[in-house]
Amino acid sequence: MNIKVLDHDSLQARLGVAEPHAPTAMLHEVFAESRDGAGLGFVFAMAGRKARAGRPILWVQERMALLEGGVPSVRGLAGWTVPDGLIRVRARNGTDLLWAMEEGLRCQNLSAVIGEIWGEAQALDFTATRRLAMRARANGVPAYLLRVAASPGLSAAGERWRIKALPSTVHPYNRKAPGDPRWALEMFRARWQRPGAWVGRYDRAAHRLDLSARAGDGAVADHQRNAARTG
Amino acid sequence: MLARTAPHGPVVHAANAAAEGVGVRAGARVVDMHALCPHLRVFDADPQGDRQALDRLVMWARRWCPWSAADGETGLVLDTTGSDHLWGGEAAMLKAMKTDLAGIGLGARPALAPSRGAAWALARYGPEAAIVATQDDIFDALAPLPVEALRLDGETVLVLRRLGLKTIGALAEVPRLALARRFSGALSSLEAPLRRLDQAFGRRAEPVVSAAEPERFRALVRLAEPVVDVAPFLPGLADDLCARLGARGMGARRLTLMAFRVDGDVGVTAIAMSRPSRAPRHFARLFDGRLDGLDPGFGFDAIALEADRVEPLHAAQARFEGGEDGQIALGFLIDRLVARFGHEAVTRPGLRESHMPERAEFWAPALAGTANALEPVSAPERPLRLLTHPEEIGVVYSVPDGPPARFIWRRLDHRVVRYEGPERIAPEWWRERSNARLRDYYRIEDDQGRRYWLFREGLLGDGRGGPPRWFMHGLFP
Repeated sequence: MNIKVLDHDSLQARLGVAEPHAPTAMLHEVFAESRDGAGLGFVFAMAGRKARAGRPILWVQERMALLEGGVPSVRGLAGWTVPDGLIRVRARNGTDLLWAMEEGLRCQNLSAVIGEIWGEAQALDFTATRRLAMRARANGVPAYLLRVAASPGLSAAGERWRIKALPSTVHPYNRKAPGDPRWALEMFRARWQRPGAWVGRYDRAAHRLDLSARAGDGAVADHQRNAARTG
Repeated sequence: MLARTAPHGPVVHAANAAAEGVGVRAGARVVDMHALCPHLRVFDADPQGDRQALDRLVMWARRWCPWSAADGETGLVLDTTGSDHLWGGEAAMLKAMKTDLAGIGLGARPALAPSRGAAWALARYGPEAAIVATQDDIFDALAPLPVEALRLDGETVLVLRRLGLKTIGALAEVPRLALARRFSGALSSLEAPLRRLDQAFGRRAEPVVSAAEPERFRALVRLAEPVVDVAPFLPGLADDLCARLGARGMGARRLTLMAFRVDGDVGVTAIAMSRPSRAPRHFARLFDGRLDGLDPGFGFDAIALEADRVEPLHAAQARFEGGEDGQIALGFLIDRLVARFGHEAVTRPGLRESHMPERAEFWAPALAGTANALEPVSAPERPLRLLTHPEEIGVVYSVPDGPPARFIWRRLDHRVVRYEGPERIAPEWWRERSNARLRDYYRIEDDQGRRYWLFREGLLGDGRGGPPRWFMHGLFP
């Protein structure tokens, strides 16, 4: 069973929200590998489409993440988001990153706030994530904490994902070439819905994320079955 | 020599002393002057820039006296009445003026006289640093000068020369009545020499109209007892400054906070804003982390907040139903981020015409305003992430055509499973050195499903260095 997803709202709508009072915006923590671009792709698949020139995404990058992972490419982002709708902030360390993200979440005219941080950061403890989560909920601006090469600790994030690159789909015209990207997505902790694991396929032509159940782990299939039974 | 455009080709706007020495004069055609002097160097004149520079010089000249104005396109007129003693006398003042102007790269011929007309004549036609102290000496000083020194137009000077009146002395001896009759009525298009003569001799008033100094917006608080912490006074200062700005319909783009220490030292911190504003709470918040850098020493006894750069900002209702305007809120956010991280750290993307991936895009400071609108480009697919510098990879095993089959990047082994390419990007020869090598870009996927952007720099035997090298340049999602 496949689910077609355009952004985070439609993802929630399709997965079904367990609790009716779940907030529209929350803090998402995304754990990504340092040697692939899957985490960034997932964040932009979720948040990128809502950005406008007058309602940009605030992208805060910590120094180490910048040195190791480089900068988002303007031409590469075409289609994922409006490149015009991006403000990039270079933060020196984790403390500055959190400060900038909190400032951003205070401004209601942003479509999302993304923070990218490398490794385990001292400043990024439970209290800090809780502050971010509450700001995001209160102001209705979703926050994404992209954590590269980090292991999950205590956190108050509404959703926690683990993302890894998978071999791409078959290219329609060239069997030797890589096709559409595919990712192993695992929502290992979620506050308002059921955790699960999926295989995500990003359709580059339509700029859409398709989720399908991972073999042997039928969270989506379960949910669809439940929906069919009740509906 | 400076040239400006005229209806029939460029003409000479101004020339330096060397050019004037060989016969170049203002108003002549540039081609004629080239015939006169083949190695003449011609530059474009910038009258508007000159005018602005002169206006700035007028304000700069207020160091000598409080009343200054521009005189024509090349002169300054200062009313130094009562301020010469501050410089140790009139001669010393003229000398100081000349030295100071030479210090900023300007030549000057200062002269001093009781009337504006006489000073004008002496500065341009009189002896070096001429000083005429009293009204009675004016005649003696001006008498030998030519009639051009009376600020007359060319036609009038011509008529006077034809009449045989070549010096001011000769003109002054003509009866007033005759002069008045000759230069009035039918010939009223000529400038009346009588009026100029009276102005030069101080018989007719000629006031200097001095431009008002640009208003400074500044809020100051003086304290009876020195304080160590400036922060509690900031909201009050911001309120005061905003009230002043509001009264004039202005908004600040740059703010400077000056804290005056008891021992005479001044601590200064400045912030800039992305759009003009006069919101006191916003001002106070921008200084949040900046006040720690001020060293209080024995304490501050005065604090000033000044708006250095102001722009018109009119009161406007953002939304009919009330609430905050989104764009203003966004501007405030950028200001706060810039105040904390610096100008260069907060950026927005921009695109440039180039084939080289790292040169085709840039990040411009967000404070400078919104970048030009970016239209989507239909180039081959680019990675989502570009490494700040391409990183060299070690090739373990390669095949003749295509990317390496195995390579080492950041100490880990990658085995290429699929690839697409090459996309050849030739060096931009008009920008780079002649030994820059071309790049062949490959989009590859390794056995773990990770997608990268690799390139090979150069070709084997292209004569631009050793064997080609391989680099990692970007990561695909």
